[in-house]
Amino acid sequence: MGFLPFVFPLAELEVGQHLYWQIGNFRIHGQVFMTSWLLIGALLALVVIGTKKMERDPKGVQNLLEFLWDYIRDLARTQIGEKVYRDWMPFIGTLFLFIFVSNWGGALVPWKLIELPSGELGAPTADINTTVALALLVSLSYFYAGLSNKGLRYFEYYVHPTPIMLPFKIVEDFTKPLSLSFRLFGNILADELVVAVLVFLVPLVLPVPVMFLGLFTSAIQALIFATLAAYYIGEAVEEHH
Amino acid sequence: MPTLFLFGASEGGLFDFDATLPLMAVQVVLLTFILNALFFKPVGRVVEEREDYVNTSRAEAKKKIAEVELLETELKDQLKEARLEAQKVILEAEQDSENLYKEALALATSEANASREKARREIDSQRDEALNQLKSEADNLGGLIVERLLAKQ
Repeated sequence: MGFLPFVFPLAELEVGQHLYWQIGNFRIHGQVFMTSWLLIGALLALVVIGTKKMERDPKGVQNLLEFLWDYIRDLARTQIGEKVYRDWMPFIGTLFLFIFVSNWGGALVPWKLIELPSGELGAPTADINTTVALALLVSLSYFYAGLSNKGLRYFEYYVHPTPIMLPFKIVEDFTKPLSLSFRLFGNILADELVVAVLVFLVPLVLPVPVMFLGLFTSAIQALIFATLAAYYIGEAVEEHH
Repeated sequence: MPTLFLFGASEGGLFDFDATLPLMAVQVVLLTFILNALFFKPVGRVVEEREDYVNTSRAEAKKKIAEVELLETELKDQLKEARLEAQKVILEAEQDSENLYKEALALATSEANASREKARREIDSQRDEALNQLKSEADNLGGLIVERLLAKQ
């Protein structure tokens, strides 16, 4: 059903194959959870080490964490606004950090050395389930943000500035998660594919600049996702006059 | 040879939605709460405490600078007054010493004048005496000469 009309000679590349874990009646992609647990573990370890003994004069990992905190605060504050950014900063920051460590972990860790019976380890964000999950969380958050801040007046947003906007605003509610999830998924998967194909075709030198480009793309995608999520929330809580 | 699975395969495929999606969502929500407790709250507290500390320190420093500037102007005024006073004292002392000098000079001059006057008067009297003596002696001699001349004839 899903076979392409042509067959690529990519011995190293297994796209669209998954390691299935059966839980009750449900099946999940095991490789996604394995990498995501490892990366979340690394992130939490960094956080625990950095916050273990915090001082007024920051040292070592505390510096890095404070830099990240400051960066996320600025991002949330500029997009969401001074009034409610504090409530949403942990969510925006978690999105940013999770996507960032997923993307970079997928690009930097040599997962290919670990053999799986089916599928292969890689960035958790290269799986459409992950990115759709994140995008749907963003949708839920901005609805919740709008409704909890403005009550039913939130729906004024749909007819602002004129009722003609109503159909467009409704369509936007669907296109927002769609574009969020597909942008992230496409970029990360394409980056992994390009690197894999290049490594397979020309295993010397040539893939290296593409790998660096991939790291750049990964960081940018994490920033874009977090910024857009914050922007949507900011849009929902904004007061119209 | 492994093949490239793509759209909508019943087994696998790029767009293979299953329970991974809700589980991942739950995982991310959990991660949000964990990171909030482990990262955002403690780091935020430290950063904001430091910001407060820096702000209060800066305000205090500004207050102190203002105080110092006030003190400086006060001290400068005092210094100026002291300098003026010192100049006045010096001027007075100079005048005093000049006066003393003048007085002493006047006294000395008058004394000198007096002693010179006295000396001149003594000289005058002695000269008068001597002149009188000479005159009387000359008169005596004259009389003698006249007697002698008259006696010879």
